[in-house]
Amino acid sequence: MMNILEVRNLKVMVEDKVILKDINLELTEKKNYVMFGPNGSGKTTLINAIMGLPQYKIASGKILFLGEDITTKSVEERSKLGLALAFQYPPEINGIKLSSLLKLCVGKDVEDDFSGEEKELIGAFHLGGFLDRDTNVGFSGGERKRAEVLQMLLLKPRLLLLDEPDSGVDVESLRLIGEQIQKYVEESGSTALIVTHKGDILDYVDAKYACVLLKSIVYCFAEPKRIYENIKKGGYENCVACRERVEEGW
Amino acid sequence: MVQKESALTKIPHSILKDVYNVGIDVDEKTRSGTLFHVDQATVYTKINEYFRDKIEIMDTKKALAKYSWLQEYMWKLVDPDKDEFTRKVDEEYSGGYFMRILPGVEVTLPLQSCLMMTKKDSEQRVHNIIIAEEGSQANIITGCIQHRTGEAATHLGVSEIYVKKGATLNFTMIHNWTEQTLVRPRSATLIEEKGNFVSNYICLTPVKDVQMYPVAFCNGEDSRVSFNSILYGHKDSSLDIGSRAVLNGRGSKAELITRAIARENAAIFSRGKMEGNNAECRGHLECRGLILDEEAYLEAVPELIAKRRGAELTHEAAVGKLSENEILYLMTRKLSRDQAVSLIIRGFMNVGIMGLPENISTEINRIIEMVTEAS
Repeated sequence: MMNILEVRNLKVMVEDKVILKDINLELTEKKNYVMFGPNGSGKTTLINAIMGLPQYKIASGKILFLGEDITTKSVEERSKLGLALAFQYPPEINGIKLSSLLKLCVGKDVEDDFSGEEKELIGAFHLGGFLDRDTNVGFSGGERKRAEVLQMLLLKPRLLLLDEPDSGVDVESLRLIGEQIQKYVEESGSTALIVTHKGDILDYVDAKYACVLLKSIVYCFAEPKRIYENIKKGGYENCVACRERVEEGW
Repeated sequence: MVQKESALTKIPHSILKDVYNVGIDVDEKTRSGTLFHVDQATVYTKINEYFRDKIEIMDTKKALAKYSWLQEYMWKLVDPDKDEFTRKVDEEYSGGYFMRILPGVEVTLPLQSCLMMTKKDSEQRVHNIIIAEEGSQANIITGCIQHRTGEAATHLGVSEIYVKKGATLNFTMIHNWTEQTLVRPRSATLIEEKGNFVSNYICLTPVKDVQMYPVAFCNGEDSRVSFNSILYGHKDSSLDIGSRAVLNGRGSKAELITRAIARENAAIFSRGKMEGNNAECRGHLECRGLILDEEAYLEAVPELIAKRRGAELTHEAAVGKLSENEILYLMTRKLSRDQAVSLIIRGFMNVGIMGLPENISTEINRIIEMVTEAS
């Protein structure tokens, strides 16, 4: 199996504070991964650093994407290489219609028309009625996350980084988002890393592996659903002592 | 002097090209009527056949000669002694546009006027009168332009606008001056019962100095006014642009919206004032400003004055830099930083806020696109 992503001894700082240190992670192709962790454990920091957002400074270590060192590459370059990020809190963008942004995602001009396939995908996300609205402006939680995942799928990424796609989302939107991610990953052979602390999305996304980020250590497990149940029962501290851990990574 | 009522196509091609960029349709196919005032004279007026008995367009001096009652509309909203500029226009002026929409008429195509200066060291003084008679509905687009760049000139324009009972008037003014032009418009509007006045102001090209503070008197019950301004200050432009709503009528409403961008050495003052003189009036003021360079200057000055209990006036003003979060968000969608910035700026100046007829908003968006790309 080829490695899609390798994170080696990564140290990430925000402003002057060390948030993550000595992080190691390997994701192989055609698999879905779920990352659990309590609030403040640095999950968002990690995936934002993988995407290359500049406020997350990489003090040391490396990020390799498909074997290529991308540690110093810009967000735009990473995006063009095939990384995509669905934000936990997508910003409202006044004056830019959702339709314009979706067209830019597929590499079209704002004046171009959507293809039949693209229209179908927009319809599948129930966002046809939102095309003429300014991106995310006045969208509900579910609408915002649907728009976010739709944009992501139109970018046709190799690695999907999803930051809490299930937070603030109604049940129906969650099902839709989960099913569409699963469908895309299956058809394209890409990889998804889903950050969550709820685990509800596991009902729709077929993830074989889970990891827990705790005090700058990534603990890896098989069977995400069972891990989730354990966390619910005994809290995150149990993960440290858990015997089901996969010591050698996946 | 160019002969009046001559075909518009006789105006030199180089001038017509500039005119296109202030929203004027030189083919006139999408306009109900047209007036051109070049330097010191109105050189062209025309009303399209279909609108002959619906609207009137002529030079102000000609209209005053034709209608004695028009005296009742001259200097009634603007005080000739207001300042040195109004005094100058009162002393001597070269005409201007008179537009009148007859009672109950819904004008489906916009009326247009173009005020142009072509001569060096000149001073243009005009006095414009617009009357939207009872129950009428119309859109007016007026483009002000100085042909040839880099030559000093002054434009002084007094405008008095009357929106009568139940009338709706959407008035859009686009300025395209030069870096040597001094501009002093002095405008006031009177809005009667259930009248609705929308005033849009767009200034995107460099200018030496514009100062204006148009006022709307919402005297009628349930009268409404909206002022929308899109300001793009660059090079050494000085823009001091305000809008003022005086809410006298019961249930009168005002909405003042400004989008301002300052860059290079430009200075922008965005002012807004609402005066609530009635217990049941409502007003909202919104100013958003972006400052793109270290040298640029941007100041938002909102003022709310309530003189009656029950008047409800609100404002939100925000000036700052582009949101780094929005830029990065767009960069995760395969856009470069430059592409993301220009997309946000164009979105920021989106004219969707103005409620314009589609053909005008398309034209304005085209102008915005052209100007932002050129800089």
